[in-house]
Amino acid sequence: MLEIKKITKIYKEFAIKDFSINVEKGDYFMILGVSGAGKSLLLELIAGLIKPDSGTIVFEGEDITNKNIHHRKIGLLFQDYAIFPHLSVKDNIAYPLRLKKLSSAERNKRVLEYAEKVSISHLIHRDPSTLSGGELQRVALARILAMEPDCLLLDEPLSSLDVQLKEGLRTLLRKLNREGLTIIHITHDFEETISLANRLAVIHDGTIVQQGTPKEVFQYPGNEFVAKMTGIKNFFKTKLIKEPPGNNVTALINENIKINLLSEEQNCEGHILIRRRDIIISESKLQSSACNNFEGIITETIPQNTGIEVIINIGVEFFVLLTELSFEELKLGEGKKVWISFKASSVRFIKN
Amino acid sequence: MGHDLLSQNYNPVTRNSQPILRDQRNINLLFTALGGLVLLFIIAPLAGLFFSTSPGNIIETSADPEVQRSIWLTLITSMAATLCFAIAAIPLAYLLAKRNFRFKRLVLGIIDLPIVIPHSAAGIAILGFISRDSAVGQLASMFGLNLVGHPIGISLAMAFVSIPFLMNAARDGFANVPIRLEKAALNLGASPLRVFFTISLPLARRNIISGLIMMFARGMSEFGAVIIVAYHPMITPVLIYERFGAFGLKYARPVSVIFIVVALIFFIALRLLSKENKNAGNQKNN
Repeated sequence: MLEIKKITKIYKEFAIKDFSINVEKGDYFMILGVSGAGKSLLLELIAGLIKPDSGTIVFEGEDITNKNIHHRKIGLLFQDYAIFPHLSVKDNIAYPLRLKKLSSAERNKRVLEYAEKVSISHLIHRDPSTLSGGELQRVALARILAMEPDCLLLDEPLSSLDVQLKEGLRTLLRKLNREGLTIIHITHDFEETISLANRLAVIHDGTIVQQGTPKEVFQYPGNEFVAKMTGIKNFFKTKLIKEPPGNNVTALINENIKINLLSEEQNCEGHILIRRRDIIISESKLQSSACNNFEGIITETIPQNTGIEVIINIGVEFFVLLTELSFEELKLGEGKKVWISFKASSVRFIKN
Repeated sequence: MGHDLLSQNYNPVTRNSQPILRDQRNINLLFTALGGLVLLFIIAPLAGLFFSTSPGNIIETSADPEVQRSIWLTLITSMAATLCFAIAAIPLAYLLAKRNFRFKRLVLGIIDLPIVIPHSAAGIAILGFISRDSAVGQLASMFGLNLVGHPIGISLAMAFVSIPFLMNAARDGFANVPIRLEKAALNLGASPLRVFFTISLPLARRNIISGLIMMFARGMSEFGAVIIVAYHPMITPVLIYERFGAFGLKYARPVSVIFIVVALIFFIALRLLSKENKNAGNQKNN
């Protein structure tokens, strides 16, 4: 759907070099990178706010590299929202609708629909100067949806929101994507990426260092930078359920693996994360305070700069990092049966 | 914010060092006294003018058809000059604020030119430009018009000397419109022309309105350029001059007072209008 081929744009301070990605229709494509990596610049190139020095951008089979901004139908949600201060919330949302030949009744109806979609119907008559950051962002989102974009570009939309708003927006973005909207979302937060992306690219110094599905990139980082950027390899899609005795909350992976955790949430979906260094390997089941204990088989051992990474299959693959000393003492090797244990408090849950 | 900054700067002075405080107070006193003199210099002649003219005289003069005609003529020619030239000047101000092009500095210099050249010289230049043997004069005479001594000629002379006020204010206004908002509007599918009318122009309106007021006021008070282009029909500044020359100070005073009052009424009314806009704009920008 959107093919970016070897885009280059060089500024004095930083540059995008030979940047290529391929986004399919319906993708939730995330671009992950530290700040200053040229992520925002990339979105401005795709939206047409700036023109690349070289390379092409092909959208739905058409070369749009030199197409004017206002003919592109690629909506960009600006990081600072870019709400028009002289227009009410309603007129902001109606702005793209006024370009279509609609009766005013039809236009009002649609403004309400889009406001409803992002849950700001109650703010419709307000002046933007009276709104909070999170509310302004939703106005901006409603306004972009009103233009009915073929593709939505998001510039760190979650970074300035508090936890509760974050969750709400994540749910909304996921819903929009499920309804068929292709989304390209840039972020520096890998947890966000795990919970939203179906494909991602890691960008560093203006070039892509790796791209693929979250599993491919996070569990098998192509180089040191990606590994450091992403950090957590043990992440699993999960469902939180209540267990009858004592009503403890457990996370269910693949319907059969139960992980104990500490969470105020219940009966919802999300991801759990467990750091490699928080997991203990032993030859037999440990008698300890750790209440997550599983038996599995070592499928791979990978020497690293700092210690050795061991992959253990307990139905799903767990990544564990340990020192060479422990590795040798336990006589670990591929094919060996071992136990892994970790505390409920070392399991982190990210709600969908 | 300005207030905070001031008090921050001021506090250490008041707390720590009395001599500095005294110096500060002396400077404030000195500057206030000097500033007071300037204010007095502006107010005193005007007040003198008002007090030395009897109400009866003013009422009598304001009933004079010649005076009334000249005031209407002045208001209308200046208003026409402002509105007609605004249509072309505002888009140019936009270009100057938002685009970079060759010779931009030259264009900026040309725009400021009418401020620095003597207005009588400007009048001579305009006269040459619109007289019967110029291209413009010939074009006008094809429609049976002689621009010299015609309200249109007066408007042109007023516009020539007052256009920089509008241009510069409008340019500042457009320069303050964040480019991101314009890009956001383009991104939503609006054409550049539409973005100009729906985003840039409304957001720059404060400065534009204030520029229009300045241009109108400046045009209305123009004497030097106008008297060369048209002695008749008489705009009020010329009428004041004529009464002074023919009858003396006593007869020039009532017309002056009436014209100043009319000008002030317009000036204050338009100023209030732009202030309302300014407040609205401030609220929305916060």
